[in-house]
Amino acid sequence: MTIKLQPKVLTGTHFKNGNWAIVEGAIASGIAEFFAYPISPASEIVEYVTYRLPAVGGKAAFIVEDEIASINMCIGASWAGSKVMTATSGPGFSLKQEGLGLAYMTETPLVCVNIQRGGPSTGLPTFSAQGDYMQVQFGSHGDYPAIALTPWSVQECFDLTITAFNISEQVRSPVILLLDGDVGRMMEQIEIPKKEDLVIINRKRPPPGTDKNSFKQFDITGQDDLVPPMAHFGEGYHIFGTGLTHKDSGVPLLDEDLHSELIHRLYKKVEINNHLYPKPEEYYLEDAEVIVIATGISARSALQAVLDAREEGLKAGLLRLITVWPFPKEQIEELAQRAELVVAEMSMGQLIWPVERYARKPCLLVSRIGGTPPSPAMILEGLKKARKK
Amino acid sequence: MTAKKKTNEIDTSTMVKNPPKKFHHPYDELLRKYAIPTIYCPGCGIGTTIQAFLEAITKYTDIPHENIVVISGIGCTGRASGYINLDGFHAIHGRAIPFASGVEIARPDIKPVIISGDGDLFSIGMGHLAHAARRNIDMTVIVINNSIYGLTGGQDAPTTPVGALTKTTPYGKISYPFNLSQIAIANGATFCARYTVYEFTPLAKAIARGMNHQGFSFIEVISNCHVNFGRRNNLGDAIAMRKQFKKARVRMTEKDINKDWHKTDIEFKVGVGFTKIPTGIFLEEKERPIEFSERIVNAYEIKKS
Repeated sequence: MTIKLQPKVLTGTHFKNGNWAIVEGAIASGIAEFFAYPISPASEIVEYVTYRLPAVGGKAAFIVEDEIASINMCIGASWAGSKVMTATSGPGFSLKQEGLGLAYMTETPLVCVNIQRGGPSTGLPTFSAQGDYMQVQFGSHGDYPAIALTPWSVQECFDLTITAFNISEQVRSPVILLLDGDVGRMMEQIEIPKKEDLVIINRKRPPPGTDKNSFKQFDITGQDDLVPPMAHFGEGYHIFGTGLTHKDSGVPLLDEDLHSELIHRLYKKVEINNHLYPKPEEYYLEDAEVIVIATGISARSALQAVLDAREEGLKAGLLRLITVWPFPKEQIEELAQRAELVVAEMSMGQLIWPVERYARKPCLLVSRIGGTPPSPAMILEGLKKARKK
Repeated sequence: MTAKKKTNEIDTSTMVKNPPKKFHHPYDELLRKYAIPTIYCPGCGIGTTIQAFLEAITKYTDIPHENIVVISGIGCTGRASGYINLDGFHAIHGRAIPFASGVEIARPDIKPVIISGDGDLFSIGMGHLAHAARRNIDMTVIVINNSIYGLTGGQDAPTTPVGALTKTTPYGKISYPFNLSQIAIANGATFCARYTVYEFTPLAKAIARGMNHQGFSFIEVISNCHVNFGRRNNLGDAIAMRKQFKKARVRMTEKDINKDWHKTDIEFKVGVGFTKIPTGIFLEEKERPIEFSERIVNAYEIKKS
């Protein structure tokens, strides 16, 4: 079959949904492969990418046998030198957890999109939710530092996909794009910049002239950002990767000191590169006496609530988290000292856990589940209640 | 209580410094010496298979070593990739095949070789094997079938024969075992061979032939787990088990089988051991089947302008 070559970056103004924007962001970042399993509400991503990727000269985009295969194929392709992405929803994200753990342990750059839906189990397949927040950080067994970004608009779906790829390549870690179903399927205007205006960063590679026999895949000597340069398969470096506790050569050694050193380094690596992660967005925080903290679609609702509150004379503000993991603890600590905090989310209360932990005081939860975000009226009521306390 | 002894410390007192050449392993260059001693019990068939693989890639095939990636899952066999000094990866349980598929699709010039166990590839990872064979992805799967879960201490696997005693079937195994080669062929493998660890040279040659084959090639190695399987079923030590393999093997060709794959079933009698192990090259698609990466390239043509 003959297909027409399409441009890699669709510069211009479009009226599209979040899933579309994610695919465009990934293609602009230069993905070569995409493996996924169909699942609502993320199916649109795989439907569109199988049309788009071959037409820009990408290697392969297709449906694989299951969610577990898709994440492991992504890890394999990443070790062979590709930028890769997979997309799923809650149940698929649960299935991917072991593979994601392997990606954290072997420091594999990849991006996993999770378009959240109602749960637990099959739950509300075509409805929206924000209930996978904790799973991102605590879903796989053991300790690992997660990085997750949450867009709230179609424009941000595009921008943050590129940011997610840049972070994952720079930090050598998986990055989760955590959307609620509403943002994924919401239609909005989106502006795609020119190709030359996009900042695309690729992973650190062993410098030319590196001795292939003595190269170590996880050696951080001389790396200030604690990120080891990554060699790929087929380049003669004889690299080895394992999910077992390993030395800097990649060879397993079951030793308690080594394990502690390795896991501490992984945490420190994510912490030290903090400047790469998008900072929370602030609305009317200067004089705010009561602040609502929200992400994604709930933050849109919360912004309306803040505007309504201001009209009624209540000094309210909004802190919209973009990077949800690692948690922006300093900002919460600082805000908690001068204002009452309200958390608005589409779950039984997950984001409120780290907020309360760093606020060191009880915060008010405005929660609504079942596919609809908390309404501005609900959040406004919460703001008033928190102020009265 | 005395201070806790540090694990993984090697007792160097018995080591010979600068051993003479005759003590060197013939494939010294292809082994990660710093990862040795291996975890394998003395006499284990996995060591034999690793050496057969090393012999295959040095003697019987021209594939550059740079282009070979050895991938394994979890289990005793899963550790094999760590001892071989080539590009390698030790994937999670059952997922060696999807990992290898990802590598192959991203870099079609690379030949992924999967060395893993029967439990890893046919119990937890069975679904992936079926799909990789269906897609005819250009990879070689070497499955070391020792009829048992060895690393975890001898629980019954989907390959354990009926009546066999294991730690979790103290009154004899109830369900029927898989015929691995039959499954691979049924799902679309285009090359299939089976050898016991007794047949070292034919095994090495078959591995090379499978690697030279373009498409999904499958090699089943019947191995001895005398520690967990042989001991509980009164089959003796490593030597005794291999002697039994010698006696039980029946060489078969594609012609003998004539597409009746049940002829390749392994027979096992409780108290006696293996009575029939058909070995040989069971299938080799003569007309070169088109492997997956090539199909992707040929699937469409991009028109510029």
